[in-house]
Amino acid sequence: MREIQEFSLDDLRHLVSPRALTGETMVLNMGPQHPSTHGVLRLIVELDGEIVVNCIPDVGYLHTGIEKNMEGKTYQKAEVMTDRIDYMYTMGNNLVYCLAVEKLTGLKSPPRADAIRVILAELSRIQSHLLWIGTSALDLAAMSVFLYAMREREMIMDVFELVSGQRMMTTFIRPGGLWRDVPSEFEAAVREIVRVFPKRIAEYEALLTKNPLFLDRTRGIGKIDTMTCKAWDVTGPTLRATGLAHDVRKANPYCGFEQYDFDIPTQTTGDVYARYLVRVEEMRQSVRIVEQALNKLPYGSVRDNNRKYVPPPRSEIGMSMEALIHHFKLWTEGFSPPVGSVYATVESPRGEMGVFLESDGSPKPYRVHYRTPSVPLLQVLPILSKGHYVADLVGIIGSIDIVLGDTDR
Amino acid sequence: MGIEQKTGNTGVVTTTLEQAVNWSRTNSMWPMLFGLACCAIEMMGAQAANYDMSRFGMELMRASPRQSDLMIVAGRVSQKMAPVLRNLYDQMPDPKWVIAMGDCAACGGVFNNYAILQGVDEIVPVDVYISGCPPRPEGLINGVITLHKKVSGEKFAKWK
Amino acid sequence: MNELLSSAIKALGEKFGGQVSEFRDEVTLLIPPDKVTAAATVLRDEFTFDMLSAETAVDYCPQTNPRFHMVYIFYSTTLKVYLTFRAHVNGDDPKIATMETVYPSANWREREIWDLFGIRFEGHSDMRRLLMPPNWEGHPLRKDYPLGYEEVQYSFNFDEIDVRKPKGVR
Repeated sequence: MREIQEFSLDDLRHLVSPRALTGETMVLNMGPQHPSTHGVLRLIVELDGEIVVNCIPDVGYLHTGIEKNMEGKTYQKAEVMTDRIDYMYTMGNNLVYCLAVEKLTGLKSPPRADAIRVILAELSRIQSHLLWIGTSALDLAAMSVFLYAMREREMIMDVFELVSGQRMMTTFIRPGGLWRDVPSEFEAAVREIVRVFPKRIAEYEALLTKNPLFLDRTRGIGKIDTMTCKAWDVTGPTLRATGLAHDVRKANPYCGFEQYDFDIPTQTTGDVYARYLVRVEEMRQSVRIVEQALNKLPYGSVRDNNRKYVPPPRSEIGMSMEALIHHFKLWTEGFSPPVGSVYATVESPRGEMGVFLESDGSPKPYRVHYRTPSVPLLQVLPILSKGHYVADLVGIIGSIDIVLGDTDR
Repeated sequence: MGIEQKTGNTGVVTTTLEQAVNWSRTNSMWPMLFGLACCAIEMMGAQAANYDMSRFGMELMRASPRQSDLMIVAGRVSQKMAPVLRNLYDQMPDPKWVIAMGDCAACGGVFNNYAILQGVDEIVPVDVYISGCPPRPEGLINGVITLHKKVSGEKFAKWK
Repeated sequence: MNELLSSAIKALGEKFGGQVSEFRDEVTLLIPPDKVTAAATVLRDEFTFDMLSAETAVDYCPQTNPRFHMVYIFYSTTLKVYLTFRAHVNGDDPKIATMETVYPSANWREREIWDLFGIRFEGHSDMRRLLMPPNWEGHPLRKDYPLGYEEVQYSFNFDEIDVRKPKGVR
């Protein structure tokens, strides 16, 4: 086993203030095992009394080698890895990978598959925001929100389990459509969520939005402006909380998001409280999208008919020799897309999530790179936390909603 | 449970010391709050109202290894994290147990590569392995109950 | 294609000798490596590409000159389009000028590329490894770096593999 590698103050000379070298300020370690760093994040915090002078994030404690592993698998098999990148937005990880593969191969997912993708991706977003509201309120010592949020999360998990048999790592969205059509109970289960959810969001808001303790801990804390966000490539609710209504779903629509009527919530203050308000409103908008998609859920196939890329349905295999050959070829050798590279993006609960996919014409991706929103978010943490108390640092980490699997991949 | 005999209504319970100790250990086991990756989300799910792990005396998650006696390794352990994990294990007071939750902690799972430790049992002794990627909260609860069974059968002679 | 985007492509092509290629409606400019920072500055200041959406590298291993391609994907929040730059990086002494001076967000991305590909960025303010431990040897995402997996043991070859398997501290 390796030894723990400690930084010396000398290694960090260019990052800490000169006062740290004389011992005037204190350099402390926080994490990687810490209850409120949301995973295995390590921070090296320079403190002047209780004030954060500087903080240096040290990531990589969850580096999984997913990009390297995907290079060794066929396009279909590599998709299984993608679930585990941002494990709070699993459906979206599949979706962005499938969008990239579809762009590369020229596949087109049918309208029904698109609508179901939208429903599942939005439910996944709500699920992620629920976990965020639960855990970040927990960091600010509000316990009951966590219990309420987890209760609603189970409803969404039940829908995922209903369609795919798995609660989190579903791999339900596949290149060219979906794994299979949703069962008949799907619609009723989603309707139930749409029905109860707005009331439940009001419950969380009743606990937090006007709570004086919560306001004191969040207002004016961790401020950032639009220019800094753009320069540091920060997207998602953190960017929208500064006033810029940028959302990939509106700017570069995918899966037919342009047909749905929804708003992009924005705030102008750019602090922790603004990010909280944006996310809560986003949950409401997601429910709206789910409802609209459910109302006009079209009938038809859920997979592209190009048999060179999409495996034939089970029923066809017994009837046609060609289907059997395609099935065999696709699951042993895989498909070979044309040479080239593409970049596809979706809006994840944390910001823009993109996948850069390069093909060399073989059945395995030559290079896959996930552009994940948590990396820039963590990168601006020193800017956000400068001059605040250590106790507020915890609230700021909660408010940017990082997922370490997303940062480290 | 450790109660062997109850003598009428005198209020006296007789048992062996071994059973009394094991009983108290199983029913007040403090797990360490040690979420690494995806499985940590399901661990949180098991803590929350729907599954409610506190029914088994497991609700008190401690953030400090010095206050806990069960380490639930929830998620994949990278090469960078491995020495930290061992360090935390060494800091826990005896007696201590380890649950490897999920495929990644048990055997590396789908990640058979340079970055991930192929099973946490390479660095710490594991008592219970839970399969699943991630396991359902029921799976975690089942693992905990399995551990309780194991602990309640422990012998004085084998204590370290 | 957007007017401003096509004028940007034309201007960059003329000024910096960028070769334009198009695949699936995505425009890629191959820019000489010593002019990437200058081209990005023009792109940011004159053509409203205010975000560096992604920065990564691709390794074309047996080939040595150029062995790597640097890939920069820019995004404009006003035009709502992406534009890709590529630059060749030599395999013998892989290095290129840092993008950090133009887009600060390149800081960690370049640390990640140094970590996983071993491409040095000249003028970078903090050239440490990002993801792997500081004393790690090699650069994992290079094509000549092995995946480093552990052999799977089956009942017929369990003992044979067990002998050569690395053992941890127990």
